[in-house]
Amino acid sequence: MSEPQKKDIFIGIDLGSTTTKAVILDDGGEILGRGITNSRSNYDVACRIAREEAFIRARFSLAENAMRADPLLSGLESTFIRRLEDSFKLHQYRGELEHLREALQAAAGNARHFAYQADFRNILNEIVDRMVETAPALFEPGASRKSDFFRDLAGAEYMQLAEAMADPKGINFETIVGAYDSAILTVENTSDEESFKSHIGAALELLLENGSGETAEQSAHLRAAIETARNYNLNELVTVGTGYGRQRLPFPKEWIRSEILCHGLGAHAMFPDTATVLDIGGQDTKAIQVDDKGIVTSFQMNDRCAAGCGRYLGYIADEMNLGLHELGPLAQRSTHRVKINSTCTVFAGAELRDRLGMGQRREDILAGLHRAIMLRAMSLLARSGGVKDEFTFTGGVANNPAAVDALVDLVEQNYGARKLNISPDSIYTGALGGALFAMRDYQGAQA
Amino acid sequence: MRPALKTLVDRVTFLYEDLDFTAVKEWKERTGGKAVGYMPIYVPREIIHAAGMLPVGVLGGGEGLEIIRGDAYFQSYICHIPRSTVELALSGRLDCMDGMLFPSICDVIRNLSGMWNMMFPDRYVRYIDVPQNYDPEVGGSFWRREIAELRADMGRIAGREISDDDIRNSIKVYNENRAALDDLYAARSRTPWVYPIAELYLVLRAGCLLPPEEHTALIREYLELAPQESDRKDKDHSRVVIVGSFCEQPPVGLLQTLERAGCWIVGDDLILGLRWLLRDVDTEGDPITALSDAFLVHSTEAASRYEPGNAKGSQLIASVRDNDAEGVIFCAPSFCDPALLDQPMLVTALDKAGIPHTQFKFSEDTGQFAVIREQAGTFSDSIRLWSEV
Amino acid sequence: MTRPVDADKDRSMELQKEMIAGMFDDLATAHEDGKKVVYTFVPGNLTELIRSFDLLPVLPEINALQSGMRKLSGGYITEAEKQGHSEDVCTYVKCDLGMLKKGNVGPTGKRLPEPDLLLLSYTGCFTFMKWFELLKQEYDCPVAMLHVPYQPDGKIHDHQREYIVKQMRTELIPKLEQVSGKKYDEDRLKEMLAKSAKAEDDLVHVLESAKNRPSPIDAYFGGVYYIGPMFTAFRGSDQGLEYYRLLREEVDARVAAGLGPVTPDGTMTKEKFRLVVEGPPNWTSFREFWKMFYEEDAVVVASSYTKVGGLYDRGFRHDPARPLESLADYCLGCYTNLGLPSRVELLEEYVKEYEADGFMINSVKSCNSFSAGQLLILRQIEERTGIPGGFIESDLVDPRYFSAANIKNRIESYLQMLEQKRGAGVGA
Repeated sequence: MSEPQKKDIFIGIDLGSTTTKAVILDDGGEILGRGITNSRSNYDVACRIAREEAFIRARFSLAENAMRADPLLSGLESTFIRRLEDSFKLHQYRGELEHLREALQAAAGNARHFAYQADFRNILNEIVDRMVETAPALFEPGASRKSDFFRDLAGAEYMQLAEAMADPKGINFETIVGAYDSAILTVENTSDEESFKSHIGAALELLLENGSGETAEQSAHLRAAIETARNYNLNELVTVGTGYGRQRLPFPKEWIRSEILCHGLGAHAMFPDTATVLDIGGQDTKAIQVDDKGIVTSFQMNDRCAAGCGRYLGYIADEMNLGLHELGPLAQRSTHRVKINSTCTVFAGAELRDRLGMGQRREDILAGLHRAIMLRAMSLLARSGGVKDEFTFTGGVANNPAAVDALVDLVEQNYGARKLNISPDSIYTGALGGALFAMRDYQGAQA
Repeated sequence: MRPALKTLVDRVTFLYEDLDFTAVKEWKERTGGKAVGYMPIYVPREIIHAAGMLPVGVLGGGEGLEIIRGDAYFQSYICHIPRSTVELALSGRLDCMDGMLFPSICDVIRNLSGMWNMMFPDRYVRYIDVPQNYDPEVGGSFWRREIAELRADMGRIAGREISDDDIRNSIKVYNENRAALDDLYAARSRTPWVYPIAELYLVLRAGCLLPPEEHTALIREYLELAPQESDRKDKDHSRVVIVGSFCEQPPVGLLQTLERAGCWIVGDDLILGLRWLLRDVDTEGDPITALSDAFLVHSTEAASRYEPGNAKGSQLIASVRDNDAEGVIFCAPSFCDPALLDQPMLVTALDKAGIPHTQFKFSEDTGQFAVIREQAGTFSDSIRLWSEV
Repeated sequence: MTRPVDADKDRSMELQKEMIAGMFDDLATAHEDGKKVVYTFVPGNLTELIRSFDLLPVLPEINALQSGMRKLSGGYITEAEKQGHSEDVCTYVKCDLGMLKKGNVGPTGKRLPEPDLLLLSYTGCFTFMKWFELLKQEYDCPVAMLHVPYQPDGKIHDHQREYIVKQMRTELIPKLEQVSGKKYDEDRLKEMLAKSAKAEDDLVHVLESAKNRPSPIDAYFGGVYYIGPMFTAFRGSDQGLEYYRLLREEVDARVAAGLGPVTPDGTMTKEKFRLVVEGPPNWTSFREFWKMFYEEDAVVVASSYTKVGGLYDRGFRHDPARPLESLADYCLGCYTNLGLPSRVELLEEYVKEYEADGFMINSVKSCNSFSAGQLLILRQIEERTGIPGGFIESDLVDPRYFSAANIKNRIESYLQMLEQKRGAGVGA
């Protein structure tokens, strides 16, 4: 066996209020892998999970590169890797289910459950058995999953099964759910740095067994390519942390960067002609001006109230009993936009009920709301120095088509034509900027 | 509604809704004269008028103006009127003003005068600092000097010297306007159902845009026409005085909401600057001294004016008594320092006098009145029950 | 970067503590000792005139800020809001009224005496007027109103000065005579004004020491201590004179030794950023707020807040040759009594004279006199100096309006941006 190959990498981690993101760059500044998870209340766990996911994706990238470099496999890599990823996810999920089983049994061992312990253990085992059985369906090609986070994915299944198996007079729903709540923490706190290494082999073999036309020779090459990726020595040189929770990261101070700078640099990396960046996240809105190197020259953030941020749309969605992603398309169906002046989260519910009560249509109200949010963003943009060409929009709200429409409209009205950039990966902007800072810092120190 | 009244109401409604100051532009075109804007609260309009210019009350953008640029200049804890006023200016709507006067209302409007200086360096701007000392030899002497400076400035903008007779004549014109407004308010107080609050307010407000002579004629005409509407009948409403809206104005819809909720508004401090002086200004002698004395002695009680002695609230209570009102509604703009700091003192005075009161805040662009409707309805019911006991 | 605190205890700091404690002791027993008390405000305060009648000044703003630093303001504000005061308005006022409702116990734990006169010197702030109207309802005592006209163009006009002097002669002095039972003694006033002018020279020397590199003082967080005696009850007194003489010596010694400013965590050993700050500080988290700056090696070299009680560094001095006239000029020239264009000019000059790297505004919710227009000031300073501005929002004494994480985030982001711009490639 040859020496494992080695690659120097730089990592950026963005601890946001809603999600935590990680990006891994190679020493040429190319993105190797990305990871994302819910921030929850525990930033340490969130940071670790996002990192691990980014490492897994990085190894898949390396596998894909190895395939591309192999004349026998070249051309197959993109479809194959996608299938391999699904297969890997299934194995990983099953592995985590086994962790969950152990943790549930440990929870059942609590003296509190002494009187009915044996029954309780059986129920918990049965739930996990069923989850293992139904797992493949979740990861079939083209299957839609509500979330890729284990906590959400397993949680949803577990709750359904718990409800079905609970006995109000015996082991009730609350007891079964209680076991999950404590077990999931144990599962999340168990590090699985080697997740790729422990599951990729089985995932590959399953795929090859089921056969999809690979020749024996190709299979051998595939095994070698995956083995290369598996054994790659990913040499982490510098990790930079950013985002709202950055102070909580166990990093030395010089490796912590403000998310403003990271967003600026990240947006510049995605769209090199960016001059102005607008980021609307869950808790805050930022307007940033950058120079031609991605250096921030001016910025403004919303004041202490979260009016007009992503969280506000969340309240509205809850109030209307809609999914967050449904708001934009519904607003786009509006024909008579209602004028809304307040984007105060405190009054959002009351105002909405009032307007609906007056017979105003949901889509017209929503159109007004999206415009109101963008008017607030416009004032921050004006404070930071206006909207220059090109203009890059990032953050969760950038995925909302009605918000984008309203923004385009207002920008054009006030500043004239501007090229607007929105990346499907915009959620990783801050983490990417962080990783780029890590690389710049390291390379600067070497020079 | 008969056609003549409809025409009148349509006209004042247009004046209210038109954010482009079309009436001002038309007046300038027709007469070749100039226009000088002023923010709410007192400025001696007689001086502007005496120069042959049109004094124009600028009361923000109300509910109809979308704020795109104005918010960039103000933090969230500052009231709404400066945002919409900046919006009006940045969108070119105030280009028809040949000058802007910023009276002493509060720190926000005061600072806005300096902002204007920097944002529009080539336009005439003046901060009108009224005296808070009412001794004719002390505050009066200062104020006479300020009026004299204003007179010189207005003369310069108009391109002509302002004579004493010019000012005396303008004093007469405004005395007549004051008399007409007094008649309007007296009529409203006697039979509020004949003069619905929205009409009353819009007729009053037209005084911000029309030359005073025209405004006086309009009020007189309205006083003729409104009683001819035979379908205007008394209702089982309570009678209230509202206070707090002297600067930033509530939307007309809010006033209508109060009326529909069962409150006849028989006293108010809406657009107080138009009704600042409580008596006629002397038309004899030195006109500057006459204007100054009128301010020192016959100014209305207002939150932006220092109240010497212990009379705080006495005018409000008198207004309640004189108008046979049963309660007071505090209706102040959010973040309005003078109104909101005054309120606890007025509350103390009302409590001592046994006058019931309630309160809410608004912003000029408040779009939703459901909560206010509920509150005003409950208040109206409660004071009627209370007064029956 | 700082070094331990013990080595850096300044004698002037100790002296100031003694002076303030002594002042509150005097106040606690004022009425028993047969002394009369005048409540008044910091901007445009007439300390020498009050003291020339042997009256003791009480400054409600100082009580409010002290309550803020002692973490008592939150409770007082809630108390005032319970009594019907709006959440929208100035928290100094509410803190003061809440303290009154809770027994009027001052910052040193001793009860404050009720006023014998409310001297409403209404300079640069409309809320002052409402504040004393409110106090007037609480106390049965005379009020003297001193209306100080605004300075839209930053220039003092003769008729404005005359107006103030007339008010002093016809309104203020008669009331001070009446309350104190003493005749106005102009010679005594002149003596005090001469002492004021001497101490003012020393204060200016201290404030301008920040032009050195490194600056031996922090002209905002440290500055609020340096202006303390001058802006409150000690102008024109021997104690005040002694304090500023001592402070000047200490600062000169720091300059000679090349030392940076003293902070609660010791002397700053590194000066990475020189900043000009506009707006008052937050008092409820004063130390935490300061730390966010010195932790990043940022020192404030000039601030506008230290000019609310007079623009001495622009040449004004109290003048025994023109006693009442110079007091009038003093009132007129206080920072918040100046029109916005003058404020912008002053800040621009500070950025240039003090060779600042950055300009920050702390915008406080309570104080519209400061805050209304600050976003335009920010833009103007950026345009005129080419330096990007930073903007943070907090409040004077309302703990609900100090979001530490949010403010720290902005300060850090701002300083990192300055560093990145300056480095323009260090590490890039």
